[in-house]
Amino acid sequence: MTGVRTLHLAVEIAPPPSAATGSALRDAAATVALARLAEDAGLDFLTHDDSFARPGLDALAVLARTAPETRSIGLVPTVTTTHTEPFHVQAAVASLDWASRGRAGWRVAVSPGAAEARLFGRRPAAPAAELWQEAGEAAEVARLLWDSWEDDAEIRDVATGRFVDRDKLHHVDFEGASFSVRGPSIVPRPPQGNPVVVVDATRPAARETAARHADVALVRASSPEEAAALRAELHRAARAHGRDPGLLRVLLTLAADLDAHPGGPAALAGLVADWHGGGAVDGLHLVPAVPERDLPRFAAEVVGPLRDRGLFRTAYEGTTLRDHLGLPRPVSRYAPKGADA
Amino acid sequence: MTESRTGRKQIHLAAHFPGVNATTVWSDPRSGSQIDFSSFEHLARTAERGLFDFFFLAEGLRLREHKGRIHDLDVVGRPESITVLAALAAVTDRLGLAATVNTTFNEPYELARRLATLDHLSGGRAGWNAVTSSDAFTGENFRRGGYLDRSERYTRAAEFVATARELWDSWPLGGERRRFAHDGPQFRIEGEVTVERPPQGHPVVIQAGDSDEGREFAASAADVIFTRHSTPEAGRAFYADVKGRLARYGRRPEELKVMPGVTYVLGDTEAEARERAALISRQQISPQNALLALEQVWGRDLSGHDPDGPLPEADPDPESALVQGRVRIGDPLAVAARWRALSEAKGLSTRDTVIEATGRHSFVGTPASVAAALEEHVATGAADGFILVPHLTPGGLDDFVDRVVPILQERGVFRTEYTGTTLRSHLGLPVPVWKGGTP
Repeated sequence: MTGVRTLHLAVEIAPPPSAATGSALRDAAATVALARLAEDAGLDFLTHDDSFARPGLDALAVLARTAPETRSIGLVPTVTTTHTEPFHVQAAVASLDWASRGRAGWRVAVSPGAAEARLFGRRPAAPAAELWQEAGEAAEVARLLWDSWEDDAEIRDVATGRFVDRDKLHHVDFEGASFSVRGPSIVPRPPQGNPVVVVDATRPAARETAARHADVALVRASSPEEAAALRAELHRAARAHGRDPGLLRVLLTLAADLDAHPGGPAALAGLVADWHGGGAVDGLHLVPAVPERDLPRFAAEVVGPLRDRGLFRTAYEGTTLRDHLGLPRPVSRYAPKGADA
Repeated sequence: MTESRTGRKQIHLAAHFPGVNATTVWSDPRSGSQIDFSSFEHLARTAERGLFDFFFLAEGLRLREHKGRIHDLDVVGRPESITVLAALAAVTDRLGLAATVNTTFNEPYELARRLATLDHLSGGRAGWNAVTSSDAFTGENFRRGGYLDRSERYTRAAEFVATARELWDSWPLGGERRRFAHDGPQFRIEGEVTVERPPQGHPVVIQAGDSDEGREFAASAADVIFTRHSTPEAGRAFYADVKGRLARYGRRPEELKVMPGVTYVLGDTEAEARERAALISRQQISPQNALLALEQVWGRDLSGHDPDGPLPEADPDPESALVQGRVRIGDPLAVAARWRALSEAKGLSTRDTVIEATGRHSFVGTPASVAAALEEHVATGAADGFILVPHLTPGGLDDFVDRVVPILQERGVFRTEYTGTTLRSHLGLPVPVWKGGTP
């Protein structure tokens, strides 16, 4: 690849809501087939949406089922932070990272509806701003817990009878507005150190959480200027939080029916090349109208031409999702200063 | 009771992934990773090669602590169960996949959905070991903290399982989903589920716990009871007791399988097996682990005690809060008295006393004698089968599958092929009756 900035491509594969009437459950083999298509196209990752408000299987489990039957592609399930336990969520995402050998991500989401609140009966529905504040805290405690085992905590020292060096396991003692967690995690530090955190930053309420915690922010925009402005805003906010904006990837989320897309797949390939080349976004997150129908066309008629033009990878160069995204494996924040990256 | 054409009572077998206590030997050169997926895959594939009923994962909610510090002498760390089992569904075809998940620190809607998902992804192979907890120590990792009184553990668990069953029954396969509403002391919830009824109707429900409340809960609501292994006499008494409780819930004895957790050591001769067992016990109970076991009973800091010397002279402190995140020793004074008697009778050091008192292997012998003993337990009504707890990850099940399973098959007490596709079918359990109203 000759470009200065790598192009990143991702695709949503959950059955679309319109298909979710009657028998809404796609069987595991069909999901694996879609994931392999995306992997053959060399995509960075696939997302699998999830909601308590409409029919569908638990997304994280669906992608765990997919992990042993794929080798390279990143696996990013949506998991809500509204009615779930942050400790369980981080453990499940870390376990997906272990099961996929370093390919897990987590699209952080909230569950805003009153109907969803009644499924749990624990507390009433809350405003979006409050839910995203909590989502930010859940993402923060997840990173703390992923870091709570230093990489070299397991020592298996027969002479002293010690399996771990407990000085390298850390209580996180997190106090949030609506929950607290003592730690450490039950799961050893995942292969990526921190699985990749993805936040849909389209809604203003989510943008602060994206700027603070996301490795990948998804945005919707109708022009390259609008996308560039959103990207710049996210970079500014990330810098304000002391982050390196160079470590925040911003992808354009585009809902597309490839049959109906003006100009067809060729135009979509052109759009991706132009927006990426012009610096508006770091790549595309495609939400196909019908994954089974649109993904093969996307691979052949959009990704193919981008590869032909030298704009997209023809083979995976690394093994983890962080590798694909060009994001380094973070050092545990509990590691002694000066530890190797 | 499941019987083959030979008329012999059939044995059910499950495999437990090696746990985070001293049973699991990590100091052996053959001991592999407790967290890499390849370890789980190896054990699950081995269990399926052995035609086992299911593979069983425990749960961790807080790392254990001793004297206010993370316990460091045993294996530490494990994955979240349902996620790993969903991945294992991809590399197995028939093996049941059972997750331990706590009813205290979860909510029925989310957990019922995750278990239903696992059942769909595995084509009807999901199991759920519904455990309870009440301690504030574990609660420090969760939103509600240690909110539940110990006496309410099983009240919540029973309503949790009943609510999960209502949720599984609220969308018939291929039918229309309907609204559910549950209004109970523990849960007031309503709405619609997002997942159709699981292929098994309901995932297999397992209950682990030997207390009177635990037995009653199992009799009312569980398909399998995971219990401690003990002498054949105590096993038969337990078996008769729990089976005797089923009638009052309108259930037949064969609807609840009694499966003790057991360890085993094989050798080419009985003497070789006993030698191996002794060696494994010494690996399991290192000098450091012997002192830890001592501190758990004594409730005192004994870090300066010599493991090769005699037991401490002082008596245990029964009120101690030294140990967190472990099952508490019931009566420390009585345990200490037994250990003293043992030590004096045989002239044993502290470490050797701990090995002698706690280092028990359930079945030790040649493949033929172990197979005979397993059959005997089942034939005489001490168990319906066993949950094997290997002491090594990931190879600890290999010799059992290679050497004992064929003998059980020859004796006509274990399947020679899977005859069904679901965990329920392996266990010979009926499919739950639809209770969601007229479908």
